[in-house]
Amino acid sequence: MSGKKGETRVKIFRDWCKGCGICVAFCPSQVMKLDNQGKARVVQDDECINCGFCEIHCPDFAIMVHPREELTPFEAYIEEVRPATREDLQKTRNNSTG
Amino acid sequence: MAKVTQLIHNYLRHSKRFPHVFCPGCGHGIVLGSLIRSVHSLGLAKDDVVLVAGIGCSGRIPVYVDFNSVHTTHGRALTFATGIKMANPRLTVIVIMGDGDALSIGGNHLIHAARRNIGLAALVLNNHIYGMTGGQSSCTTPLGSYSTTTPFGQLEEEFDISRVAKVCGSSFVARTTVMQARHMDKMISTAITHPGFGMVEIISPCHTQFGRKNRFKTSVDMYRWLQKKSVSLDKFQELPPEKRKDAVVTGIFEQKDCIGLEEKHARMRRELRGET
Ligand SMILES: Cc1ncc(C[n+]2csc(CCOP(=O)(O)OP(=O)(O)O)c2C)c(N)n1
Ligand code: SF4
Ligand code: SF4
Repeated sequence: MSGKKGETRVKIFRDWCKGCGICVAFCPSQVMKLDNQGKARVVQDDECINCGFCEIHCPDFAIMVHPREELTPFEAYIEEVRPATREDLQKTRNNSTG
Repeated sequence: MAKVTQLIHNYLRHSKRFPHVFCPGCGHGIVLGSLIRSVHSLGLAKDDVVLVAGIGCSGRIPVYVDFNSVHTTHGRALTFATGIKMANPRLTVIVIMGDGDALSIGGNHLIHAARRNIGLAALVLNNHIYGMTGGQSSCTTPLGSYSTTTPFGQLEEEFDISRVAKVCGSSFVARTTVMQARHMDKMISTAITHPGFGMVEIISPCHTQFGRKNRFKTSVDMYRWLQKKSVSLDKFQELPPEKRKDAVVTGIFEQKDCIGLEEKHARMRRELRGET
Protein backbone atom coordinates (compact mmCIF):
# COMPACT_ATOMS: atom_id res chain seq x y z
CA MET A 1 0.00 0.00 0.00
CA SER A 2 2.92 2.35 0.59
CA GLY A 3 3.81 4.81 -2.11
CA LYS A 4 6.56 7.32 -2.69
CA LYS A 5 7.52 10.21 -0.50
CA GLY A 6 6.00 13.56 -1.38
CA GLU A 7 2.74 12.26 -2.84
CA THR A 8 0.63 13.20 0.13
CA ARG A 9 -0.26 15.88 2.60
CA VAL A 10 -1.21 14.91 6.13
CA LYS A 11 -3.98 16.91 7.80
CA ILE A 12 -4.94 16.74 11.45
CA PHE A 13 -8.32 17.97 12.71
CA ARG A 14 -7.19 19.39 15.99
CA ASP A 15 -10.72 19.77 17.33
CA TRP A 16 -11.18 16.00 17.23
CA CYS A 17 -7.65 14.97 18.23
CA LYS A 18 -7.49 13.76 21.84
CA GLY A 19 -3.71 13.42 21.87
CA CYS A 20 -3.53 9.65 22.43
CA GLY A 21 -0.25 9.57 20.51
CA ILE A 22 -0.84 6.42 18.45
CA CYS A 23 0.06 8.16 15.17
CA VAL A 24 3.15 9.72 16.72
CA ALA A 25 4.37 6.40 18.12
CA PHE A 26 3.76 4.22 15.06
CA CYS A 27 4.34 6.46 12.03
CA PRO A 28 7.33 4.90 10.23
CA SER A 29 8.58 8.35 9.16
CA GLN A 30 7.95 10.39 12.31
CA VAL A 31 5.66 12.77 10.44
CA MET A 32 3.82 13.95 13.56
CA LYS A 33 4.78 15.10 17.02
CA LEU A 34 2.73 15.93 20.10
CA ASP A 35 2.90 19.70 20.64
CA ASN A 36 2.74 21.64 23.90
CA GLN A 37 -1.07 21.36 23.91
CA GLY A 38 -0.73 17.58 23.84
CA LYS A 39 -2.23 17.22 20.37
CA ALA A 40 -0.69 15.79 17.25
CA ARG A 41 0.89 18.25 14.84
CA VAL A 42 2.44 17.53 11.45
CA VAL A 43 6.14 18.40 11.52
CA GLN A 44 7.53 16.83 8.36
CA ASP A 45 4.87 16.37 5.73
CA ASP A 46 7.44 15.52 3.02
CA GLU A 47 8.59 12.37 4.79
CA CYS A 48 5.17 10.66 4.63
CA ILE A 49 5.34 7.42 2.62
CA ASN A 50 1.56 7.07 2.35
CA CYS A 51 1.44 3.80 4.26
CA GLY A 52 -2.00 4.72 5.57
CA PHE A 53 -1.40 3.45 9.08
CA CYS A 54 -2.34 6.65 10.89
CA GLU A 55 -5.55 7.21 8.98
CA ILE A 56 -7.08 3.82 9.81
CA HIS A 57 -5.70 3.57 13.35
CA CYS A 58 -6.72 7.01 14.59
CA PRO A 59 -9.58 6.24 17.01
CA ASP A 60 -11.03 9.72 16.50
CA PHE A 61 -10.98 10.07 12.69
CA ALA A 62 -8.77 13.11 13.17
CA ILE A 63 -6.18 12.38 10.47
CA MET A 64 -6.49 12.63 6.74
CA VAL A 65 -3.75 11.53 4.35
CA HIS A 66 -4.58 13.33 1.15
CA PRO A 67 -3.16 13.32 -2.40
CA ARG A 68 -0.88 16.31 -2.66
CA GLU A 69 -2.32 17.88 -5.82
CA GLU A 70 -5.95 17.66 -4.76
CA LEU A 71 -7.76 20.08 -2.53
CA THR A 72 -9.06 18.62 0.72
CA PRO A 73 -12.87 18.82 1.05
CA PHE A 74 -12.48 21.73 3.45
CA GLU A 75 -10.22 23.65 1.10
CA ALA A 76 -12.57 22.95 -1.79
CA TYR A 77 -15.42 24.36 0.25
CA ILE A 78 -13.45 27.46 1.20
CA GLU A 79 -12.60 27.91 -2.46
CA GLU A 80 -16.30 27.85 -3.27
CA VAL A 81 -17.31 30.45 -0.71
CA ARG A 82 -14.30 32.76 -0.98
CA PRO A 83 -15.18 36.44 -0.62
CA ALA A 84 -16.01 38.26 -3.83
CA THR A 85 -13.09 39.93 -5.55
CA ARG A 86 -13.11 43.29 -7.35
CA GLU A 87 -13.54 41.45 -10.68
CA ASP A 88 -16.52 39.48 -9.36
CA LEU A 89 -18.23 42.67 -8.27
CA GLN A 90 -17.48 44.27 -11.61
CA LYS A 91 -19.00 41.30 -13.37
CA THR A 92 -22.21 41.30 -11.34
CA ARG A 93 -22.54 45.07 -11.81
CA ASN A 94 -22.10 44.70 -15.58
CA ASN A 95 -24.60 41.86 -15.66
CA SER A 96 -27.27 43.74 -13.74
CA THR A 97 -26.96 46.88 -15.90
CA GLY A 98 -26.63 44.94 -19.14
CA MET B 1 -4.89 4.99 1.05
CA ALA B 2 -6.43 8.29 0.45
CA LYS B 3 -9.92 9.38 1.35
CA VAL B 4 -10.57 6.91 4.15
CA THR B 5 -11.52 9.59 6.64
CA GLN B 6 -13.76 11.27 4.07
CA LEU B 7 -15.56 7.98 3.53
CA ILE B 8 -16.09 7.58 7.25
CA HIS B 9 -17.63 11.04 7.50
CA ASN B 10 -20.31 9.94 5.02
CA TYR B 11 -21.55 7.47 7.62
CA LEU B 12 -21.23 9.45 10.85
CA ARG B 13 -24.15 11.20 12.51
CA HIS B 14 -22.76 14.69 12.73
CA SER B 15 -25.67 15.75 14.91
CA LYS B 16 -24.06 13.79 17.76
CA ARG B 17 -21.37 15.44 19.77
CA PHE B 18 -17.85 14.88 18.42
CA PRO B 19 -15.15 13.97 19.29
CA HIS B 20 -16.90 10.87 20.60
CA VAL B 21 -17.04 9.91 24.30
CA PHE B 22 -14.32 7.28 24.26
CA CYS B 23 -11.16 8.04 26.24
CA PRO B 24 -7.98 9.07 24.38
CA GLY B 25 -6.48 5.95 22.79
CA CYS B 26 -9.52 3.73 23.40
CA GLY B 27 -9.62 0.94 20.82
CA HIS B 28 -13.40 1.21 20.39
CA GLY B 29 -12.98 4.19 18.04
CA ILE B 30 -10.76 2.13 15.73
CA VAL B 31 -13.42 -0.59 15.66
CA LEU B 32 -16.05 1.97 14.69
CA GLY B 33 -13.92 3.04 11.72
CA SER B 34 -13.29 -0.54 10.70
CA LEU B 35 -16.97 -1.40 10.89
CA ILE B 36 -17.84 1.51 8.62
CA ARG B 37 -15.15 0.55 6.09
CA SER B 38 -16.32 -3.08 6.08
CA VAL B 39 -19.96 -2.20 5.48
CA HIS B 40 -18.91 0.24 2.76
CA SER B 41 -16.72 -2.34 1.03
CA LEU B 42 -19.68 -4.73 0.87
CA GLY B 43 -21.81 -2.07 -0.81
CA LEU B 44 -24.68 -2.37 1.66
CA ALA B 45 -27.27 0.39 1.85
CA LYS B 46 -27.42 2.23 5.18
CA ASP B 47 -31.09 1.35 5.61
CA ASP B 48 -30.43 -2.37 5.26
CA VAL B 49 -27.96 -2.49 8.13
CA VAL B 50 -29.03 -2.78 11.77
CA LEU B 51 -26.56 -2.23 14.58
CA VAL B 52 -27.63 -3.71 17.89
CA ALA B 53 -25.58 -2.99 20.99
CA GLY B 54 -25.80 -3.66 24.70
CA ILE B 55 -24.66 -1.39 27.51
CA GLY B 56 -21.06 -0.42 28.13
CA CYS B 57 -18.56 1.85 26.43
CA SER B 58 -18.81 -0.43 23.40
CA GLY B 59 -22.57 0.14 23.41
CA ARG B 60 -21.97 3.76 22.40
CA ILE B 61 -20.73 2.77 18.95
CA PRO B 62 -24.12 2.53 17.14
CA VAL B 63 -25.03 6.00 18.38
CA TYR B 64 -22.47 7.58 16.09
CA VAL B 65 -23.19 5.87 12.83
CA ASP B 66 -26.11 6.39 10.51
CA PHE B 67 -27.45 2.84 10.27
CA ASN B 68 -30.60 1.57 11.99
CA SER B 69 -29.47 1.49 15.61
CA VAL B 70 -30.84 -0.32 18.63
CA HIS B 71 -29.23 0.41 21.98
CA THR B 72 -30.58 -2.37 24.16
CA THR B 73 -30.16 -3.49 27.77
CA HIS B 74 -26.99 -4.90 29.28
CA GLY B 75 -26.20 -8.38 28.00
CA ARG B 76 -29.35 -8.75 25.91
CA ALA B 77 -28.22 -7.40 22.55
CA LEU B 78 -28.23 -10.86 20.98
CA THR B 79 -31.84 -11.50 21.98
CA PHE B 80 -33.06 -8.29 20.33
CA ALA B 81 -30.94 -9.08 17.28
CA THR B 82 -32.39 -12.61 17.08
CA GLY B 83 -35.88 -11.14 16.96
CA ILE B 84 -34.95 -8.60 14.30
CA LYS B 85 -33.25 -11.19 12.09
CA MET B 86 -36.11 -13.69 12.34
CA ALA B 87 -38.72 -11.03 11.63
CA ASN B 88 -36.89 -9.58 8.65
CA PRO B 89 -34.09 -11.84 7.36
CA ARG B 90 -33.36 -9.40 4.54
CA LEU B 91 -31.63 -7.07 7.00
CA THR B 92 -27.94 -7.31 7.81
CA VAL B 93 -27.83 -7.44 11.59
CA ILE B 94 -24.56 -6.63 13.37
CA VAL B 95 -24.30 -6.99 17.15
CA ILE B 96 -21.72 -5.05 19.14
CA MET B 97 -20.92 -6.17 22.66
CA GLY B 98 -18.27 -5.65 25.29
CA ASP B 99 -16.67 -8.63 26.97
CA GLY B 100 -18.80 -8.18 30.08
CA ASP B 101 -21.84 -7.67 27.93
CA ALA B 102 -21.26 -10.77 25.80
CA LEU B 103 -19.88 -13.24 28.32
CA SER B 104 -20.58 -12.19 31.88
CA ILE B 105 -24.20 -11.10 31.97
CA GLY B 106 -24.98 -12.16 28.41
CA GLY B 107 -23.03 -15.42 28.29
CA ASN B 108 -26.18 -17.49 28.16
CA HIS B 109 -27.41 -15.67 25.08
CA LEU B 110 -24.06 -15.96 23.32
CA ILE B 111 -23.85 -19.72 23.69
CA HIS B 112 -27.40 -20.18 22.44
CA ALA B 113 -27.05 -17.80 19.51
CA ALA B 114 -23.95 -19.78 18.52
CA ARG B 115 -25.78 -23.09 18.94
CA ARG B 116 -28.74 -21.90 16.86
CA ASN B 117 -26.37 -20.63 14.21
CA ILE B 118 -28.56 -17.67 13.38
CA GLY B 119 -27.28 -15.30 10.69
CA LEU B 120 -25.90 -12.50 12.84
CA ALA B 121 -22.46 -10.93 12.88
CA ALA B 122 -21.42 -10.55 16.51
CA LEU B 123 -18.46 -8.33 17.36
CA VAL B 124 -17.14 -8.82 20.88
CA LEU B 125 -14.88 -5.95 21.91
CA ASN B 126 -12.62 -7.55 24.48
CA ASN B 127 -10.87 -5.04 26.74
CA HIS B 128 -10.54 -7.51 29.65
CA ILE B 129 -12.52 -5.25 32.00
CA TYR B 130 -15.83 -3.53 32.70
CA GLY B 131 -14.88 -0.18 31.21
CA MET B 132 -17.94 1.96 31.73
CA THR B 133 -18.71 1.15 35.33
CA GLY B 134 -15.26 1.75 36.77
CA GLY B 135 -12.93 -1.10 35.97
CA GLN B 136 -14.39 -4.10 37.81
CA SER B 137 -12.96 -7.44 36.75
CA SER B 138 -14.86 -9.34 34.10
CA CYS B 139 -14.79 -13.00 33.14
CA THR B 140 -12.03 -12.16 30.64
CA THR B 141 -9.66 -10.42 33.07
CA PRO B 142 -6.43 -12.41 32.75
CA LEU B 143 -5.21 -14.46 35.71
CA GLY B 144 -3.11 -12.32 38.05
CA SER B 145 -4.00 -8.93 36.61
CA TYR B 146 -5.34 -6.06 38.68
CA SER B 147 -8.69 -4.31 38.61
CA THR B 148 -10.93 -2.38 40.99
CA THR B 149 -12.41 -5.59 42.34
CA THR B 150 -9.19 -7.62 42.25
CA PRO B 151 -6.71 -5.22 43.89
CA PHE B 152 -4.30 -8.07 44.73
CA GLY B 153 -4.60 -9.88 41.42
CA GLN B 154 -7.26 -11.93 39.69
CA LEU B 155 -7.55 -15.47 41.05
CA GLU B 156 -9.97 -16.83 38.46
CA GLU B 157 -9.10 -18.23 35.06
CA GLU B 158 -10.31 -16.17 32.13
CA PHE B 159 -12.69 -17.15 29.38
CA ASP B 160 -11.23 -17.61 25.91
CA ILE B 161 -14.09 -15.97 24.00
CA SER B 162 -13.26 -17.50 20.63
CA ARG B 163 -13.00 -20.98 22.11
CA VAL B 164 -16.34 -20.61 23.87
CA ALA B 165 -18.03 -19.54 20.62
CA LYS B 166 -16.39 -22.36 18.69
CA VAL B 167 -17.38 -25.17 21.03
CA CYS B 168 -20.91 -23.80 21.20
CA GLY B 169 -21.27 -24.30 17.48
CA SER B 170 -20.66 -20.89 15.93
CA SER B 171 -19.89 -21.48 12.26
CA PHE B 172 -17.49 -18.56 11.87
CA VAL B 173 -15.07 -17.61 14.64
CA ALA B 174 -12.14 -15.22 14.33
CA ARG B 175 -9.95 -13.13 16.56
CA THR B 176 -8.29 -9.87 15.58
CA THR B 177 -6.85 -6.80 17.32
CA VAL B 178 -7.30 -3.08 16.79
CA MET B 179 -3.58 -2.84 16.01
CA GLN B 180 -4.23 -4.65 12.70
CA ALA B 181 -7.01 -2.53 11.27
CA ARG B 182 -6.79 -4.08 7.79
CA HIS B 183 -7.06 -7.59 9.17
CA MET B 184 -9.98 -6.41 11.32
CA ASP B 185 -11.74 -5.01 8.21
CA LYS B 186 -11.39 -8.38 6.53
CA MET B 187 -12.65 -10.36 9.53
CA ILE B 188 -15.65 -8.08 10.05
CA SER B 189 -16.70 -8.18 6.41
CA THR B 190 -16.31 -11.98 6.33
CA ALA B 191 -18.47 -12.30 9.43
CA ILE B 192 -21.13 -10.06 7.87
CA THR B 193 -21.30 -12.06 4.64
CA HIS B 194 -21.14 -15.44 6.44
CA PRO B 195 -24.58 -17.07 6.30
CA GLY B 196 -24.68 -18.44 9.87
CA PHE B 197 -23.55 -17.02 13.20
CA GLY B 198 -20.26 -15.16 12.79
CA MET B 199 -18.34 -14.07 15.86
CA VAL B 200 -15.30 -11.83 15.78
CA GLU B 201 -13.40 -11.23 18.99
CA ILE B 202 -11.58 -7.92 18.81
CA ILE B 203 -8.88 -7.14 21.36
CA SER B 204 -9.36 -3.45 22.11
CA PRO B 205 -7.19 -1.78 24.77
CA CYS B 206 -8.77 0.18 27.64
CA HIS B 207 -6.01 2.20 29.23
CA THR B 208 -8.25 4.17 31.55
CA GLN B 209 -9.60 1.19 33.49
CA PHE B 210 -7.30 -1.72 32.70
CA GLY B 211 -3.95 -0.36 31.51
CA ARG B 212 -3.32 2.05 34.35
CA LYS B 213 -3.78 -0.67 36.96
CA ASN B 214 -1.56 -3.09 35.07
CA ARG B 215 1.68 -1.16 34.65
CA PHE B 216 0.99 0.36 31.26
CA LYS B 217 2.05 4.01 31.51
CA THR B 218 0.20 5.20 28.41
CA SER B 219 -2.28 3.80 25.94
CA VAL B 220 0.54 3.69 23.38
CA ASP B 221 2.31 1.17 25.65
CA MET B 222 -0.75 -1.06 25.40
CA TYR B 223 -0.69 -0.87 21.61
CA ARG B 224 3.04 -1.68 21.58
CA TRP B 225 2.36 -4.66 23.83
CA LEU B 226 -0.47 -5.78 21.57
CA GLN B 227 1.75 -5.50 18.51
CA LYS B 228 4.47 -7.56 20.20
CA LYS B 229 2.17 -10.26 21.55
CA SER B 230 -0.13 -10.86 18.60
CA VAL B 231 0.76 -13.73 16.27
CA SER B 232 -1.19 -15.23 13.43
CA LEU B 233 -2.56 -18.75 13.85
CA ASP B 234 -0.06 -20.24 11.36
CA LYS B 235 2.93 -18.70 13.11
CA PHE B 236 1.57 -19.69 16.50
CA GLN B 237 1.54 -23.37 15.56
CA GLU B 238 5.24 -23.20 14.75
CA LEU B 239 6.16 -21.53 18.05
CA PRO B 240 7.90 -23.58 20.76
CA PRO B 241 5.56 -24.24 23.74
CA GLU B 242 7.36 -21.85 26.11
CA LYS B 243 6.73 -18.92 23.77
CA ARG B 244 3.07 -19.76 23.32
CA LYS B 245 2.19 -18.52 26.79
CA ASP B 246 0.32 -15.20 26.74
CA ALA B 247 0.48 -14.83 22.96
CA VAL B 248 -2.57 -13.18 21.39
CA VAL B 249 -3.45 -15.54 18.55
CA THR B 250 -5.25 -13.91 15.63
CA GLY B 251 -6.94 -15.39 12.61
CA ILE B 252 -9.87 -17.59 11.70
CA PHE B 253 -10.53 -20.49 14.09
CA GLU B 254 -13.66 -21.84 12.48
CA GLN B 255 -15.34 -21.41 9.12
CA LYS B 256 -18.01 -23.93 8.18
CA ASP B 257 -20.35 -24.11 5.23
CA CYS B 258 -23.84 -23.82 6.61
CA ILE B 259 -27.22 -22.19 6.31
CA GLY B 260 -28.50 -19.84 8.97
CA LEU B 261 -31.50 -20.49 11.18
CA GLU B 262 -33.58 -17.80 9.46
CA GLU B 263 -32.99 -19.49 6.09
CA LYS B 264 -33.94 -22.91 7.48
CA HIS B 265 -37.09 -21.35 8.88
CA ALA B 266 -37.97 -19.77 5.53
CA ARG B 267 -37.47 -23.10 3.77
CA MET B 268 -39.69 -24.91 6.24
CA ARG B 269 -42.38 -22.30 5.80
CA ARG B 270 -42.28 -22.63 2.04
CA GLU B 271 -42.46 -26.41 2.34
CA LEU B 272 -45.42 -26.37 4.72
CA ARG B 273 -47.26 -24.00 2.43
CA GLY B 274 -46.51 -26.26 -0.48
CA GLU B 275 -44.62 -23.56 -2.35
CA THR B 276 -41.57 -25.60 -3.30
C1 LIG C 1 -28.72 -5.36 34.06
C2 LIG C 1 -27.55 -4.46 34.28
N1 LIG C 1 -26.57 -4.85 35.14
C3 LIG C 1 -25.50 -4.07 35.33
C4 LIG C 1 -25.37 -2.88 34.66
C5 LIG C 1 -24.17 -2.02 34.92
N2 LIG C 1 -23.22 -2.03 33.83
C6 LIG C 1 -23.23 -1.11 32.86
S1 LIG C 1 -22.01 -1.28 31.74
C7 LIG C 1 -21.39 -2.63 32.57
C8 LIG C 1 -20.15 -3.37 32.12
C9 LIG C 1 -19.66 -3.01 30.77
O1 LIG C 1 -18.53 -3.74 30.49
P1 LIG C 1 -18.27 -4.36 29.06
O2 LIG C 1 -19.50 -5.06 28.60
O3 LIG C 1 -17.02 -5.16 29.14
O4 LIG C 1 -18.10 -3.11 28.09
P2 LIG C 1 -16.98 -1.99 28.05
O5 LIG C 1 -17.53 -0.84 28.83
O6 LIG C 1 -15.75 -2.56 28.65
O7 LIG C 1 -16.84 -1.68 26.60
C10 LIG C 1 -22.17 -2.90 33.70
C11 LIG C 1 -21.90 -4.02 34.64
C12 LIG C 1 -26.41 -2.50 33.78
N3 LIG C 1 -26.35 -1.35 33.08
N4 LIG C 1 -27.48 -3.30 33.62
S1 SF4 D 1 0.48 7.64 6.11
FE1 SF4 D 1 0.54 8.35 8.24
S2 SF4 D 1 1.69 6.78 9.37
FE2 SF4 D 1 2.10 6.46 7.17
S3 SF4 D 1 3.99 7.64 6.77
FE3 SF4 D 1 2.26 9.00 6.29
S4 SF4 D 1 1.91 10.13 8.19
FE4 SF4 D 1 3.18 8.36 8.74
S1 SF4 E 1 -13.23 3.39 29.97
FE1 SF4 E 1 -11.99 2.06 28.68
S2 SF4 E 1 -13.44 1.12 27.23
FE2 SF4 E 1 -14.45 2.92 28.14
S3 SF4 E 1 -14.03 4.62 26.71
FE3 SF4 E 1 -12.44 4.66 28.30
S4 SF4 E 1 -10.75 3.46 27.42
FE4 SF4 E 1 -12.59 2.95 26.23
